[in-house]
Amino acid sequence: MSETELLKSTTDGERLMLAAAGAWTAEHARELEPLIDEQSRQRRAIRRVDIDMGAVEKLDTFGAWLLERLVRAWKGRGIDAKVVRLSDDYRVLVDEVRGVNLKGEPPPAMPPFEMAMASIGRATAEIGHACLAMAHMLGAVTAALARVTVKPAAFRLTSMVHHLDDVGWRAVPIVLLITFLIGCIIAQQGIFHFRKFGADIFVVDMVGILVLREIGVLIVCVMVAGRSGSAYTAELGAMKMREEIDALRTMGFDPIEVLVLPRVIALIIAVPVLTFIGSMAALYGGGLVAWLYGGIDPDIFLSRLKEAISIEHFKVGLIKAPFMALVIGVVACVQGLEVKGSAESLGQQTTASVVQSIFLVIVLDGIFAMFFASIGM
Amino acid sequence: MAKAARASADAVIRVRDLTVGFGDHTVLKEADLDVYRGEILGFVGGSGSGKSVMLRTIIGLLPKRAGKIEVFGTDLSAVEEEERQAIERRWGVLFQNGALFSSLTVLENLQFPVREYLDLSQRLLDELAMAKLEMVGLGPDVGYKYPSELSGGMTKRVALARALALDPEIVFLDEPTSGLDPIGAGDFDNLISTLQRTLGLTVFMVTHDLDSLHTVCDRIAVLVDGKVIEQGPMETMLASQHPWLKSYFHGKRSRVNEKRRGG
Repeated sequence: MSETELLKSTTDGERLMLAAAGAWTAEHARELEPLIDEQSRQRRAIRRVDIDMGAVEKLDTFGAWLLERLVRAWKGRGIDAKVVRLSDDYRVLVDEVRGVNLKGEPPPAMPPFEMAMASIGRATAEIGHACLAMAHMLGAVTAALARVTVKPAAFRLTSMVHHLDDVGWRAVPIVLLITFLIGCIIAQQGIFHFRKFGADIFVVDMVGILVLREIGVLIVCVMVAGRSGSAYTAELGAMKMREEIDALRTMGFDPIEVLVLPRVIALIIAVPVLTFIGSMAALYGGGLVAWLYGGIDPDIFLSRLKEAISIEHFKVGLIKAPFMALVIGVVACVQGLEVKGSAESLGQQTTASVVQSIFLVIVLDGIFAMFFASIGM
Repeated sequence: MAKAARASADAVIRVRDLTVGFGDHTVLKEADLDVYRGEILGFVGGSGSGKSVMLRTIIGLLPKRAGKIEVFGTDLSAVEEEERQAIERRWGVLFQNGALFSSLTVLENLQFPVREYLDLSQRLLDELAMAKLEMVGLGPDVGYKYPSELSGGMTKRVALARALALDPEIVFLDEPTSGLDPIGAGDFDNLISTLQRTLGLTVFMVTHDLDSLHTVCDRIAVLVDGKVIEQGPMETMLASQHPWLKSYFHGKRSRVNEKRRGG
């Protein structure tokens, strides 16, 4: 069918005759469009245009619209264009298309510079909004906690235990593995570089202090933010999209009390436990590498460790853990409840949840470092 | 009527002995169904009787256990992937909840199938999408909205426009008027029958809406216990003595009794 010429033009004095043929359908729209535009750009002195549709075998919306575009182009120049010999089967369609797209062009897009400025402004406003939302959530969680303390029966223990299983118990293997490997790597790097100064043994001090004060809790928090924080955001976001949260609210439940509080408390319990487990695994890994790679006997490692670290170091790590858990939980829940109707927004909020919580965990760690330094811990 | 004349003997969809099941639960048991060119077929049956299963099996979303499905005279299970795609291009589907892509605007939703299959200029894509939008009765401003900003009725209309994006020959509608108020549902029925006439469509419509069946459907097929027990125009349905059909069409919610009393 593509051999037949879709649109042929002949002129007779001031009269332009266009003969359409073949299939004016979606398949041929690509070839048809330039033909149509070429005809409507005709510069010759023409008074009348006849478009003969008699030889058209098939016409669909694509063809009908292109025909209409042609007619409008001539009309725009004040020349009457007539469609003749149109089959009755297609008349309804052509009439229908005649009525569309008359309302003019869509509103013009903003110029690029203004658009860039607008997006900077919007992003800035969003930061403020995020801070407010977090403060609000922190307040709401505290209020819910106060209510539950007064009336313990209102606490969702089952839900909390379920989440504790998810974010605590099920996270143990991966946390063990990662912190063990980190312990190994720190010890190996320490021995490798300290050996140049003959200070191999100080690797024990480094592993002990670093792991107990910083690395244990940080690695665990990064893991938990990526593993459980994202899950919280996705769960709450999906609930928001399916109007489950609105349903809860209409039944007189407080979503914060039912959904957020058990999740946040589960995290606050799980993260210190995971930090403890993780720190032990990292020390174990460090000791193992010190023995196998650095030739430091386990007995020597342990006695050196006893001298190098005190209970203070251990406390510093563990005190930080619940606060970081709170930050991760609050950020994840805030982002979850910010999800709008689309699948894309669910993805965006989950990303924001992980990025923000890791960022805030590190900021918080810095603040704690200053705090502990000033109180001499 | 021109419509009746066009609905000649050629069946665009021919289903024979179709059996579909999940686990040890058989939903369709050797069901037969014909849809003729240019007609609007209403497909009815109780909730959970397998109407949507039939629709999803015909369009290839569910596997069949036995039987034969012919669309445009081609057995769908016997064709190569490429030919299958060519046939799929000739039908459009309106899913029950619209199934619009939530991360695309309405205009992008309408252009998506066209952009995939045809290589057209952006100007033509925009104009056609706007034209389709207007044909389903929506203003141009809707084009720049996201699906989450639309009301239920608008979502259905946009989904219909997307089903029509490639100018298909058959449209499958899964409960098009569910969730719409009676006025909105009536408007939607009119829209379907207008578009059917304008575009020469064959419409396969799963529905529960007695008004739709009365006003727009040329023929009705009834699915009971996994079998299509009756096919034919409204009169056949009303005359049938089958107990399920009697309670469906003569029940409290039917308009038949009222009509008889009134006229």
